[in-house]
Amino acid sequence: MLMWIIKRDLLLAMRRQSDVFTILFFFIIVVSLFPLSVGPEMNMLRTMAPGVVWVAALLASMLSLGRMFSNDYVDGTLEQMLLSPQSLSLLVLGKALAHWLVTGIPLVLMAPILGIQYDLPIEALFVLTITLLLGTPVLSLIGAIGAALTLGLRGGGVLVSLLVLPLYIPVLIFGAGAVEANMAGVGYDAHLSLIGAFLLMSLVFAPWAAASSLRVSLE
Amino acid sequence: MSINWFKYSSPASFYSLAGKITPIFAFAAVILLVAGLYIGFFVAPTDFQQGEAYRIIFIHVPAAWMSMFLYVVMAFWAGIGLAFNTRLSSMFATAIAPTGAMFTFIALWTGALWGKPMWGTWWVWDARLTSELILLFLYIGFMSLQAAIDDPRRADKAGAIIALVGVVNIPIIYFSVQWWNTLHQGASVSVNQAPSMATTMLVGMLVMVFASWMYSIAVILKRTRVIILERESHTAWVAELQKKGTVQ
Amino acid sequence: MNWSNLSEFFSMGGYGFYVWGSYVVTLVCIVGEILLISNRHRTLEKQHGLIFDINRKRDNK
Repeated sequence: MLMWIIKRDLLLAMRRQSDVFTILFFFIIVVSLFPLSVGPEMNMLRTMAPGVVWVAALLASMLSLGRMFSNDYVDGTLEQMLLSPQSLSLLVLGKALAHWLVTGIPLVLMAPILGIQYDLPIEALFVLTITLLLGTPVLSLIGAIGAALTLGLRGGGVLVSLLVLPLYIPVLIFGAGAVEANMAGVGYDAHLSLIGAFLLMSLVFAPWAAASSLRVSLE
Repeated sequence: MSINWFKYSSPASFYSLAGKITPIFAFAAVILLVAGLYIGFFVAPTDFQQGEAYRIIFIHVPAAWMSMFLYVVMAFWAGIGLAFNTRLSSMFATAIAPTGAMFTFIALWTGALWGKPMWGTWWVWDARLTSELILLFLYIGFMSLQAAIDDPRRADKAGAIIALVGVVNIPIIYFSVQWWNTLHQGASVSVNQAPSMATTMLVGMLVMVFASWMYSIAVILKRTRVIILERESHTAWVAELQKKGTVQ
Repeated sequence: MNWSNLSEFFSMGGYGFYVWGSYVVTLVCIVGEILLISNRHRTLEKQHGLIFDINRKRDNK
């Protein structure tokens, strides 16, 4: 059941390749803007790199949150999903994971290359990728709640960011903090385990909350 | 003697009840406010360390406590409204949000103005001030979500979900900000040790806390009555009120 | 009594700007909030009053 919905969403996403690339290019452009604004001085960029890459990843994954449910909402398949005997949480989990595969994974793959742009040491690049790998699913899962709540609202796109950004803060703190701790030579495993904890918590609670939000939105 | 718990759960009876008790709370708030300010300014001694600037504590601390307390109360009533489908509880949660947001803003404003003479800068990324700022974002998220949805029933339920998700996240945000703050300890001066409080200072502050409680209850009840009127304008009992011409 | 005269009270040991800055803003917020709600209440009454008059005229006819 879960695999079916993920496959279906991936198929839909692949049909419109441009969406995947626009998000990736948004991520690249935002990350490349900072050296232009802050100046090319390497030490400054190196200290800023984790924060910049993480915030850019956050914004990029939030861009496409609005579309997570709206296409199905418009053509009515979402209502069929609600009526189906399958548990809605599983469906929402599938959609969130599909959203992560479409938007999260490209960011994770692109992050090390952008890290080189900021002259990050190799190990820091590795830590950056790992934290993004663990962090981006959390962004998609919590984002699913925001997307479900603002379904069909005018100005929903902006509203999602307002609802969801405060909830992203812990993941952002420990994501960027892990890379910074690594660069400072301090161990980063505490940060990593906390991000893992956030991931597990959101895997359990976010689908359920998003499912109840969907029921509220589609009443 | 069985207590009829649900006597006041219908908007009509709650409306009249709130009408009667709001002035009482308002009156208590004024009394406590005057007493608190008097103690704060005329009885409490000058602080040896901070001079007179510490007197901002008499509104900063009550506002900060109220902002956090009101968010939890709001989430509680929103949860009750979601679970039991009682319209009045959701109206109550909607009524609490603006007052909570206002107290958060006051806490931030007075925190900044107190920080300037003490730490030399308007804004310090202290763990508590940062969490207060995030709390303001949560309030704004709740209010803007409810404003964006036209149908009141859906607005109540959607607001309830974001409030409950928010209240679950508050401890997580607070501890991650705390950890983040100690992580960059060198960068900022954090005020962990509360200033040693002379008894009169403490008494003044506590009286102000109770004053802010009374004030919040009065304002929230008054706003709940307005929301009831807005949402129940089609009902018979509101028309009844019109005939008597007493919409007070 | 900490203050001998009024001007000393307002200077607040040199921190007057900060102390009174925060108290004035708090006062503005509180009074503003109260005014907003009572204003909202009054517009509701006017609105209901109008609806009520319309209904009454229609019923009398």
